[in-house]
Amino acid sequence: MQSVSEAGSVRSHYAEGSLLSVANLSVSEVSAILAETARLEKLPHAERAAILRGRTIALLFYESSTRTRTSFELAAKSLGATTTLVSDKSSSIEKGESLKDTGLTLRALGAECIILRHSSSGAPFVLARETGLPVLNAGDGMHEHPSQALLDLRTILTRLYSSDYARSVTDRSLEGLTVAITGDILHSRVARSNAMLLPKLGARVLLCGPVKLLPEDALELGPGVEIERDFDRALAQSQVAMMLRIQKERLAGLELDLGDYIARYQLNGERLSSLAPTALVMHPGPMIRGLEISDEVADGPQSAIEQQVHHGLAVRSALLVRALGAGAFERATV
Amino acid sequence: MSEILILNGRLVDPANGIDAPRDLLLRDGRVAAVESPGTFVGAEAAEVVDAAGLIVAPGLIDVHVHLREPGQIYKETIVTGTAAAAAGGYTSVVAMPNTVPVNDTVAKLEWMLDPARGSVVKLFAMPAATIGSMGAELTDFDALRAAGAVGFTDDGKPVLEDHVMRAALVAAARAEVPVSQHAEDTRLTGGCSMNAGPVAFRLGLRGMPVEAEARIVERDIQLLREIERSEGLRPHLHVQHVSTSRAIDAIRQARREGLHVTCEIAPHHFALTEEAVGDYDTHAKMNPPLRAEADRARMIAALVDGTADCIATDHAPHAAFEKRQEFDRAPNGITGLETALGLALRLLHRGQGLSLSRIIELMSTTPAAITSLAGRGTLATGHFADVVLFDAGAEWTFDATASRSKSRNTPFDGAPMLGKVRYTICEGRIVYRS
Repeated sequence: MQSVSEAGSVRSHYAEGSLLSVANLSVSEVSAILAETARLEKLPHAERAAILRGRTIALLFYESSTRTRTSFELAAKSLGATTTLVSDKSSSIEKGESLKDTGLTLRALGAECIILRHSSSGAPFVLARETGLPVLNAGDGMHEHPSQALLDLRTILTRLYSSDYARSVTDRSLEGLTVAITGDILHSRVARSNAMLLPKLGARVLLCGPVKLLPEDALELGPGVEIERDFDRALAQSQVAMMLRIQKERLAGLELDLGDYIARYQLNGERLSSLAPTALVMHPGPMIRGLEISDEVADGPQSAIEQQVHHGLAVRSALLVRALGAGAFERATV
Repeated sequence: MSEILILNGRLVDPANGIDAPRDLLLRDGRVAAVESPGTFVGAEAAEVVDAAGLIVAPGLIDVHVHLREPGQIYKETIVTGTAAAAAGGYTSVVAMPNTVPVNDTVAKLEWMLDPARGSVVKLFAMPAATIGSMGAELTDFDALRAAGAVGFTDDGKPVLEDHVMRAALVAAARAEVPVSQHAEDTRLTGGCSMNAGPVAFRLGLRGMPVEAEARIVERDIQLLREIERSEGLRPHLHVQHVSTSRAIDAIRQARREGLHVTCEIAPHHFALTEEAVGDYDTHAKMNPPLRAEADRARMIAALVDGTADCIATDHAPHAAFEKRQEFDRAPNGITGLETALGLALRLLHRGQGLSLSRIIELMSTTPAAITSLAGRGTLATGHFADVVLFDAGAEWTFDATASRSKSRNTPFDGAPMLGKVRYTICEGRIVYRS
């Protein structure tokens, strides 16, 4: 049977250096990003501040953010770039200006790259198509959060292996590693990006959560992704326990018994010490302490939560350098 | 007296069981004669059309189009929409009522059907089933029927409440027209922008489950049973743009029981799957959404085995700025009048071996029957001279920029088509030629 897939046969092209989804990232591209991250981290301040001097980067945020926004902004500034922040609450977006027109305005003001956070899945694709600029997806709806997955990868490589090991990757770098991602998978862009990125490097990803928050459709995210609904069983097999927040703002009428959820899925000290005493504990934030994670685990020795934030700054620096075709990417992006 | 003589063509007229060389004489908007080749040798006419190598068929009829006038003429007008229809081989179209304001009174219906609107082809309309299409209070079916309504629908929305749909079916049965239902249980589709399933999950989009369509179809069929039993009426339910196997199953079963159920399938539902959404291509966003491959294959099977009665485009023009935005914010719908025949011939005739006669049945004969368009859907002598002439073997590529529609929102830009319309003749007037 002839399969008709002419829709979209005329694909728009996205600017080099865009990061819209991890789905289109090759292992060698991931490796190059990690290498540049390591290189930038070692550079003296002054040298680093010269890399993007005179360049302009816009941060366009339609949703609130602490970590992602601040780390992108600090990363851009540390590289010498000029940044401007536009948020939906204090701009013409409130007056009904479209994403396209907002993007074109930023471009006309000199932005060479736009970092976008948006509540609509796929919004970064629209912005990249309409502006022709490199766009970094800083989280779009329930779709993806690619820079988060990359910083999670670097955190895993650094903590479970070594800083040296985190300088480059192959499709076997995470072989033998099992990562449990637990909680509100349905609404989580972090879960999607990690579940698509980590298996590219050989990891096995166990998704864990109740059916309401983790439909069977998730299995088709790609190879290396499995579903284990029993949290204890998932934990016992994993070297990394990545916990997710229940996204109340996206539940859309879905009803959840929080007491039952806590009993089944909370990562607490007792669970951790009995089932995964050496596992790395991760959380993309924001955490709701006492719900998906207990205080003692969040602040305990197995927690890598603060390091994740730290790696966020480093990885996002490399992504900005890549987006603007500078640093080690200068020759790669002709 | 205007005459057109169509010579040397192959007439495909399923209503009369004809698929053979025939010459046609059209006079004063009617078919004056259908004769074997050679009969008209030496005859004179104002216009002689050499149809050698062409199929001559009753003009196509689309029971489901959105012409956007009044109220949204930046998307389409009756003039531009019907010009697109003519280019697609259509001689009659049925306008849906979701204009601004909604077509729910005799005055609005008459305004729409007034020749002053400039329709290029024959324009019919289905007014709203409920006032304002709000789903609560029925419009005046008898008065609207007398003013020309060929059915009733709240298209774009379902008639959701059981008792309202029941009343609509009863009133429509008395007026001897169908209720044309947009089958969507909107209680299951809030905030959804594509088909539910693995693709929606991966893209982080909320998905419409197939049950949302099937449940309303099943509910409506249950109402038909109940009305036949208790009222002694025989209501006609027409199910719009069927997209799921489960709805096809329900329709097939209802037909076996002898209930009066017809249905239409849109070209995009037999041509494309949810994979066409790609990286958030809003030209692949419509309602009902593109479904999974198994459902697409089932739509083809239904067109082949006869469960599906007709092809209707759900031509739904939108301005570029409306489609060029975030996927979940973009409006539903695509244009379809100029690509329907090309897709049907390529995918169903060439792809599935469906006869040209069956294609014409799906696109003209049966649509005319569903909406009781007297004198149309066939080229028997005395009927309206609504004719399409097309080269069934011509391969071409659709270019959206060349569309007669005011809008360009199609997933078929650059897509291969089979069968090129050469002439469209509506009531004896040539309204399109290429």
